[in-house]
Amino acid sequence: MSAREKGWKEIAPAGVCSKPSTAFLTGDWKTYTPVRDLEKCTRCLLCVLFCPDGAIRWKPEKSDIEFNYNFCKGCGICANECPTKAIEMKVE
Amino acid sequence: MGSVVKQVRMALSGDEAVAYAVKQSDVDVVAAYPITPQTIIVERFSEYVANGEVPTEFVCTESEHSALTACLAASVTGARAFTATASAGLALMHEMLFVTSGCRAPVVMAIANRALSAPLNIHGDHSDSMAQRDSGWIQLYAENAQEVYDSIIQAFRIAEDTNVLLPVMVGLDGFTLSHTLENVDTLPDDVVKQFIGSRKIPKVLTHEGKMAPFKLDPDNPMTMGPIALPNYYFEFKRQQEEAMKNALSVIKKVNNEYAKISGRSYGNGLIEQYCLEDAEVAAVCLGSTAGTMKTIVDELRAEGVKAGLLRLRTFRPLPVEDLRSALCNVKAVAVMDKCMSFGGNGGPVFHEIRHVLYDADVQPYVVNYIYGLGGRDTSPRELRSIYSDLQRIVAKKRVETPIQYLGLRE
Amino acid sequence: MTKQEWKFTTKDIAEKPDLFLSGHRACAGCAPTTVLRLIMKATRGPTIVTQATGCMEVISSIYPYTSWAMPWLHTAFETAAANASGIEAALKALKRKGQLKHEHVDVIAIAGDGGTYDIGLQALSGAVERGHDFLFVLYDNEAYMNTGIQRSGGTPLGAATTTSPAGTVVPGKLEHKKPIAEIMVAHEMPYVATASPYYWRDLIAKARKGLEVEGPAFLHVFAPCPRGWRTEPAKTIEYSRLAVETCVFPLWEAVDGKYSLSIPSMVFARAPEKKKPVTEYLKGQGRFRHLFMPQNKALLETIQRLTDEKWLKLLKKCGEATVSEPASSSS
Repeated sequence: MSAREKGWKEIAPAGVCSKPSTAFLTGDWKTYTPVRDLEKCTRCLLCVLFCPDGAIRWKPEKSDIEFNYNFCKGCGICANECPTKAIEMKVE
Repeated sequence: MGSVVKQVRMALSGDEAVAYAVKQSDVDVVAAYPITPQTIIVERFSEYVANGEVPTEFVCTESEHSALTACLAASVTGARAFTATASAGLALMHEMLFVTSGCRAPVVMAIANRALSAPLNIHGDHSDSMAQRDSGWIQLYAENAQEVYDSIIQAFRIAEDTNVLLPVMVGLDGFTLSHTLENVDTLPDDVVKQFIGSRKIPKVLTHEGKMAPFKLDPDNPMTMGPIALPNYYFEFKRQQEEAMKNALSVIKKVNNEYAKISGRSYGNGLIEQYCLEDAEVAAVCLGSTAGTMKTIVDELRAEGVKAGLLRLRTFRPLPVEDLRSALCNVKAVAVMDKCMSFGGNGGPVFHEIRHVLYDADVQPYVVNYIYGLGGRDTSPRELRSIYSDLQRIVAKKRVETPIQYLGLRE
Repeated sequence: MTKQEWKFTTKDIAEKPDLFLSGHRACAGCAPTTVLRLIMKATRGPTIVTQATGCMEVISSIYPYTSWAMPWLHTAFETAAANASGIEAALKALKRKGQLKHEHVDVIAIAGDGGTYDIGLQALSGAVERGHDFLFVLYDNEAYMNTGIQRSGGTPLGAATTTSPAGTVVPGKLEHKKPIAEIMVAHEMPYVATASPYYWRDLIAKARKGLEVEGPAFLHVFAPCPRGWRTEPAKTIEYSRLAVETCVFPLWEAVDGKYSLSIPSMVFARAPEKKKPVTEYLKGQGRFRHLFMPQNKALLETIQRLTDEKWLKLLKKCGEATVSEPASSSS
């Protein structure tokens, strides 16, 4: 984030946005954080699909999923929907 | 091209002149909803479409609000868009007028100026467009059907100028101009097309970190119309004001360039001065009334009265410098308003002229005449009485009635 | 249409890059954002998205940040469909002039229940009547959530909102949920469908179908809001499943006006005993808590009865005639 907000001469007209939201980390919102039991996880990918924040990614090169705690808000949907109860929400 | 081109004289009403000008202006999208007295514009244009005379996408929206919205959306997708409305239709668009100028979409709109309800009135006055004077749109007012035709063509050039990028509305008096047949000299199609040119779209910085043309384009995604919180909103509005300032010189430039090919110039594009150089008494008015007023000025001049007229062609942006230098040496000025600003101590143009002259070294007497509301016809005799009043003010060095209602039955 | 149906695996979807980016400011556990992520996975090429004012618009476009990886326009609250009309007309004009690089660009209009049922209905109806080629996605969280949980035409019977609170005299909203999808079918439009995020495969397939259709398509997506419904954020997707299992929100599509039940709801047509009582869905939602008070017993029973009646009507339309009434049990 820049130290100084931009003046009217510097910003694009009509409010054209200048940064992707991925530059804004929402991970510090969470109280609970998802913790995964690697043995119970079947890599069904339901958590990847259901996460409202896209904070769980399928990494084909690793053949595994990955949590991005920078964006996870700790809602617990992944834990609730996991068919094998492989995810537990723990206090951060 | 430095010489006036050969033109075709056609008998057109103001509405027909609008439709014809739009037909020649290579407009991509026309989204509109009918309302008296603009209906002929959309009807005539739809005939052009139905006969294959224009390839324009003609969208009959279900309301004016959607008409302007569709034009705005089309415009920011990179298309040239036009619409027309009047009165209640313009009022219904109110919200979207601000959004259009806020999105810097160069939409052009014809307004067949008509009174606002209630009570319902379909005839001409300026209450519809005056109510939108803060909306960030450039406002031009035409005196006759010829100027309507010329102004619509110029409007696309003005709006799309990359130093402006603001929507433009061109006002033509309801019924008086919209429905009255006049001689209109029209330019050839290719001349109009060349004059307007194709849209030049400026580049902006997008969230991908690159400069890309300001339009919705899958190859260069950008987000338009976000929510801007208190830490940013103000700056966007300041940008719009800067664009309005730039519009002053652009309107003049376009007027002069157009004059070269058409042989017609409307003052300097911003104001038209008629016998004003040495005038002692003068009136300020907008639109078709100016035609009658000029005849009256001629009569008075023949009688030895130093009368003059200032026709305000561009109401937004307000040409402050031009107005001040044109009027400051007049002794008494009558500002004519075809609109009320209830509770505002006079009409909108009166307010603006008084405010312009506040900073003049020498200040004339400035009085207000509200007239013509709801299409009330004002006779030449009534209009002449304005000048008699002004002469009396100059003689007595006093204003007795600053605001008068011309033609009102007491 | 003899178009081949798009076949996709879970991995196909999971590997597709997110066009609705992380870092948006929605509440934790927000279903509409899951819905948007999944809808964006259904895109098939160049796409322009336009949106009405509402939760999803505000959380995804706080200047200077944007969560949209494709061209995106917001103008006002009632204008999603009018925006789409203008964009679609512009694309046609640009294509005719040879100024469009792509053979086809999809246009998606997105609005919440406010921008669809109520203030946005006029523009939607007009755009559909004119036959513009676009997909309209309604993410239905059943109230004007962005402005503070006020009731909308999509708020269901008995729900408490801030403008239809459950008080001592009036037990929440007394009006019924407007049958918006059926209203759209009555427009005789090419494609109307309902979807729910738990059934993500069905949702994505329907979104893709809506894009493929020539002409307007309408997708009504059920999107629970933990904040407005007063439910646990973790259970958001679970509620989107319960709504289907109780037949409160059945899944169906209407292709050129012909209704057919979708697989997730088909279960309950073929095996009515599996249909869950509405109480399974209503309990645990703070907005329905007052329904479990003794004085509101009749309203609770009405909700079950109306749910059953609507379900039967839908089955008839879908040609799924039932032999016997489905088991409609009260708690």
